[in-house]
Amino acid sequence: MAIEVRIPTILRTFTGGAKSVEGSGDTLDALIADLDSRHAGLRDRLVDDSGLRRFVNVYLNDEDVRFLGGLTAQVKDGDTVTVLPAVAGGMR
Amino acid sequence: MRYDSLLDAIGGTPLVGLPHLSPGPDARLWAKLEDRNPTGSVKDRAALWMVLAAEKDGLLRPGCTILEPTSGNTGISLAMICSLRGYKVVCVMPENTSAERTQLLQMYGASIVYSPAAGGSNEAVRVAKQMAAANPGWVMLYQYGNEANARSHYESTGPEILADLPEITHFVAGLGTTGTLMGTGRYLREHVPAVQIVAAEPRYGELVYGLRNMDEGFVPELYDDAVLTSRFSVSAADALRRTRELVSREGIFAGISAGCVLHAGLALADRAQAAGERADIVVLIADGGWKYLSTGAYGGTLAEAEARLEGELWA
Repeated sequence: MAIEVRIPTILRTFTGGAKSVEGSGDTLDALIADLDSRHAGLRDRLVDDSGLRRFVNVYLNDEDVRFLGGLTAQVKDGDTVTVLPAVAGGMR
Repeated sequence: MRYDSLLDAIGGTPLVGLPHLSPGPDARLWAKLEDRNPTGSVKDRAALWMVLAAEKDGLLRPGCTILEPTSGNTGISLAMICSLRGYKVVCVMPENTSAERTQLLQMYGASIVYSPAAGGSNEAVRVAKQMAAANPGWVMLYQYGNEANARSHYESTGPEILADLPEITHFVAGLGTTGTLMGTGRYLREHVPAVQIVAAEPRYGELVYGLRNMDEGFVPELYDDAVLTSRFSVSAADALRRTRELVSREGIFAGISAGCVLHAGLALADRAQAAGERADIVVLIADGGWKYLSTGAYGGTLAEAEARLEGELWA
């Protein structure tokens, strides 16, 4: 099972510079735990006691997971997960 | 249609069907053409409402200076409105925005302070807040947190859409200050409980996200995710492709954020069709393509256009 997880620049210190890594799991929570087992410390940058950290946005196949159940969002083989920092809204 | 002056002509924009892009007779897309505003963007609504609210609250005196972090449309709207109302405008803008924005701002009499490209609009907000603290006589209307921004859409955009399309099933708009989605979304949800309010946000290149610590991020104060049903991230490639389709298939010459919302709108239309459900989806076209011509978005190959947008704010 392979789920591609795209990592923002600021977190690539955890992945040895890799822009994307692969992981597995049935839920986003499980996937993050799986990644953390190979990239120690990554989970702590994404998740705190209340769930996904406030300034972290995670997209499952381009859809914000906060609307798909957050950490309980179901993921499957072939999905793409993208992690991005929250930024101010572009050209306003 | 007749108005006493230009400010009275803000809003009241057309809702135009997209018969060529809509996937089927029961999955229809409708474009709300916000480029049909006096300075050419949806921001005329927010800017007018914010200025009027500030006047009502006694914050503005003739000749005073209004400061705003803005990559263009809000600055342009404010510059026009303030030139008519007698206020000065200073805009803080990332240095990597298109040339037309600088020209338009200066034409309307605004001054510009450029913030570094790296860090994008986050940095412009930070710099503006610093300048506001250093210049206590200046007024920062602060579009990212000003309730009059969202209220302009609650009081104008939402009612217009509902009047034109009472059968609306989805509303899709860009997510920036979040004012459009919060205001329009709240209004539509009050009147059409099952309506879906969907955000489409640009996914930028690495320069924009930069090396900022994930704890120093920015979420607009106006944002309340309870108003949204879902939120999509759209790549520059997809936004560009759809912006070009909007021109070639519907004759609508729109800015690149329109391609962003159209991409999300088409995904929603396909989903509805696959589920055998009727869909009447409004996509908000925030501005015309004029300010983006120099980015090469509308000519050359898509790959060339995409490469030229790398590192730029494009929506």
